[in-house]
Amino acid sequence: MADLSAVRADSLVKNFGDFRAVDGIDLHVRQGEIFGVLGPNGAGKTTMLRMLATLLPIDGGHAEIFGVDVRREPHRIRQLVGVTGQYASVDEDLTARENLWLFARLQGLTSTRAKTIAGDLLERFGLQEAANRPLSQFSGGMRRRLDLASSLITRPPLIFLDEPTTGLDPRTRGQMWDTIRELVTDGSTILLTTQYLDEADQLAGRVAVIDRGRKVAEDTPDALKTQVGDSTLQLRLADGADTALAADVVRRLLGEDPVLTPESGRMNIPLPDPDRAADVLIGLREAGLGISSVSVAKPTLDEVFLALTGHGADEPQMEAAR
Amino acid sequence: MTTSTATSTTATPTTRAPQRIDPSAAVARTTSRSSLQATWVQVLAMAWRALKKMRRKPEQFFDVLIQPLLFTAMFAFIFGGAISGSVSNYLPVLIPGILAQTALTVCMATGVQLREDMDKGVFDRFKSLPIARIAPLAGPMIADLIRYGIASVLTVVTGLLIGYRPGGGVLGCVGGVALTVIAGWSLAWIFTWLGTMARSAQSVQGISMMIMFPLTFLSNAFVPADTLPGWLEAFVKVNPVSHVVSAVRDLLNDGAVTAEVGWAVIGCAIVVAVFAPLAVRSYSRKM
Repeated sequence: MADLSAVRADSLVKNFGDFRAVDGIDLHVRQGEIFGVLGPNGAGKTTMLRMLATLLPIDGGHAEIFGVDVRREPHRIRQLVGVTGQYASVDEDLTARENLWLFARLQGLTSTRAKTIAGDLLERFGLQEAANRPLSQFSGGMRRRLDLASSLITRPPLIFLDEPTTGLDPRTRGQMWDTIRELVTDGSTILLTTQYLDEADQLAGRVAVIDRGRKVAEDTPDALKTQVGDSTLQLRLADGADTALAADVVRRLLGEDPVLTPESGRMNIPLPDPDRAADVLIGLREAGLGISSVSVAKPTLDEVFLALTGHGADEPQMEAAR
Repeated sequence: MTTSTATSTTATPTTRAPQRIDPSAAVARTTSRSSLQATWVQVLAMAWRALKKMRRKPEQFFDVLIQPLLFTAMFAFIFGGAISGSVSNYLPVLIPGILAQTALTVCMATGVQLREDMDKGVFDRFKSLPIARIAPLAGPMIADLIRYGIASVLTVVTGLLIGYRPGGGVLGCVGGVALTVIAGWSLAWIFTWLGTMARSAQSVQGISMMIMFPLTFLSNAFVPADTLPGWLEAFVKVNPVSHVVSAVRDLLNDGAVTAEVGWAVIGCAIVVAVFAPLAVRSYSRKM
């Protein structure tokens, strides 16, 4: 066990008929890290995860988890990996407590032990009060928490999280992030897929960007963002302020042209370095220009995509909409 | 020396946090398949789940309750005079036939419900867990034993109410019901296999109907086989349902464990031996 990789996948391939959903992806996840797989809908993230979790047969390539061959020893892999899906995979017809008891029992825990673990997990995920209620009364966030709790019964060393916060409100999202960080403190390795750059940024140490079944980049979130460039300073000038003069100030300070919307007094200023935001603000004040609102926007996934692939993240959807 | 180490370990601050996860230890703990005993526990756990669902959705007992009552009474009064001269003469022929038909209907429901169930997200979890692939299929089938039991008992009771007096007595009835349950459970593996193959619950329903009707009506369930044209009689004689019906008749009407009973049991065993592996294979491949 000298090899410290949790997941090692070489040129994974998955075909659905003529469609190649995963087209030769290499993946190397180290033990104890959070590795993010970033990509738009339909990029092949979930398909890749399902292959690694033995939920889909691998059509080509090779994958190992903690040195165990995924294709040859699926039963062992299932003992090492906890899977939490995009859509909560818990039993709608059972209560939260019954779900956890059932999954524990299926994994060989005695009935008493299964009860204890179910109780512990319900407490840890703040679900005690709802423990005996039917799942139809559960919110999306509660379902997701129960789903994650179900994956942790045997404390697997590797956890797959498939878009763990898609569709959750910001507060629940933050709680989910905290929980995910705790898992790593316990010694788990996490492979997570997401559509959100900020989620990858918040959680992952390294990120692979997937597009149309291929890996287009792999790096730390910071490096990825630098590749994309810059944050944008968004300004709205006070009524009556001279937008042309403001543009001159920006040009003089940064050597770049701001994008102007003169009717509403808006300016979008690309920042090579977020530090320069202050320079711009000071420059505007010295020129006697008032500002009614200001914000700094981070690059979005769409921009990352545009930079890496030359096409936007949701381009196919937009085409369909037209 | 030992005491000093003991005190030093107790002296270390105890945190509530459990031990850190050690991947290499986890890998060392893995097994390449579920043991027989573990598989049995898994099957029972899945049966428990199916029972919970039955209790929460009692409407799925409709077929089990209505069919024995309705069909027994209907068939007895409509065909009784024409086929056997009178209702009471027809009942010894009819009741075992209805038993077989009811068992097949319940089987069909097994396949349809499995298909419905497999479309749910929770089956993703079952597949991702290190459990024997047969457990999610066999669990519900064990719970279904209750449905076969209820359906068969109800059929016999309805028969008794409209004047059936089984010659086999109580033991014969118990034997007949038991054989029906065994036959139903065995044949259900065919429909379970269909359930794992078909695209939707509706297609399972459709295909099952196409199998069930010829099997029950092209058998000796409702009419004596010797009244049929020769080619049909030939089919009726090899139809496994006929053997089950004849065996149940022998048990109910004569209380006799005849060769037919033996053939029926052997037939059931063959069906399970063929279709259970097929179902498990198709289920594991479906992922």
